[in-house]
Amino acid sequence: MTITRRQLLILLPAAAVAWNYILAGTPEASPNYNMAEHWWAMLVDITKCIGCGSCVRGCQQENHVPDGYYRTWVERYHIEDWQMEYPEVDSPDGGKNGFPPAKETGGKNFFVPKLCNHCADSPCTQVCPVGATFVSPDGVVLVDQKYCLGCRYCVQACPYGCRFINPQTETANKCTLCYHRITKGLTTACCEVCPTGARQLANLKDPKDPIHDFLRTHSVQVLKPQMATRSKCFYNGLDGAVR
Amino acid sequence: MKIFQDAGHLFRLAAVFLLGLILFLVIRSFLVPRSFGRYGHYRANAITETAALPVNYAGHQVCENCHGDVLEVKSKGVHKGVACESCHGPLAAHAEDPASVLPVKLDTAVLCARCHQENIAKPKTFPQVNAAEHSGGAACNTCHQPHSPAMDTEVKQ
Repeated sequence: MTITRRQLLILLPAAAVAWNYILAGTPEASPNYNMAEHWWAMLVDITKCIGCGSCVRGCQQENHVPDGYYRTWVERYHIEDWQMEYPEVDSPDGGKNGFPPAKETGGKNFFVPKLCNHCADSPCTQVCPVGATFVSPDGVVLVDQKYCLGCRYCVQACPYGCRFINPQTETANKCTLCYHRITKGLTTACCEVCPTGARQLANLKDPKDPIHDFLRTHSVQVLKPQMATRSKCFYNGLDGAVR
Repeated sequence: MKIFQDAGHLFRLAAVFLLGLILFLVIRSFLVPRSFGRYGHYRANAITETAALPVNYAGHQVCENCHGDVLEVKSKGVHKGVACESCHGPLAAHAEDPASVLPVKLDTAVLCARCHQENIAKPKTFPQVNAAEHSGGAACNTCHQPHSPAMDTEVKQ
């Protein structure tokens, strides 16, 4: 069988398309990891947070987050006892380099680390017009960097302000709960570097996970429960003034 | 009365529509990635692509495989719960290739203050100092051994 020049010109692009399609097949999955056995959550103990900013630095270095953008950040609250509804909040550079001494010495003061709440009913995934963001079967809210158009709907939809547009890729970016680490048996970068154990990664589907005991014995709250997002970021010692 | 006398036009039109539909389905099957819709309205391969990203923080278990001597000192002190890379930074590259990638020397005057500089918002039980008054700007490891900083257990001369 001989192929004419005309036939070759038709066949080559067709072969290129087919080869590209084969290449886009399933990448190698993490071995020994079963999505059905996990339902990831995060436990944040405000009573232990010292506002050192290790988590913010750790996250930025692990995930190459551009300067001035944060997948996790730390807020400092200052609440006067006669103004419970009007807390003063500051977070210089996301708390990356710690916090300067407070201006006021009275009142109630504490740190609140924040990150994506990995909601089970997440508003951000519901607004995506192209199916580029989703809750994975193991309960992590992820962004498909190849599908995202950068339309910013999800950035506006998140009630916790946890999403941003990466200026380098022009796509939505957010905490992945260090999905590349937790699927390999490691903990997240922020939990790894937290010196006081204020952050704990938890697998709610594991009956031996210490989170179950903690949730039973402590007064635990999620952020903005009235939004009914089924947030999986549990806060111990959360003050009512925290927004 | 012959209602369907010109029905041939309709059949031809239907054939054109059918051809268009088939063409649409064929092109669509090429453009939609095969993993789209496996778990939901998204590309399932995006999960594995995210999971395949490189790790920069090796994790303290990896460090302890080689640095057992440091672990022994650390596990007796108050810093036993602090992971190695919390101070030393991300060192997965060093764990991969210990000879060529070396950790940078740390400045304790900056590093210790990040956690232990006094701040009203820190928990009251957490040990805090005013670094300027406490040491006058001297490096913390002049007196303290960072891996086990309590003065009565480990004194570095």
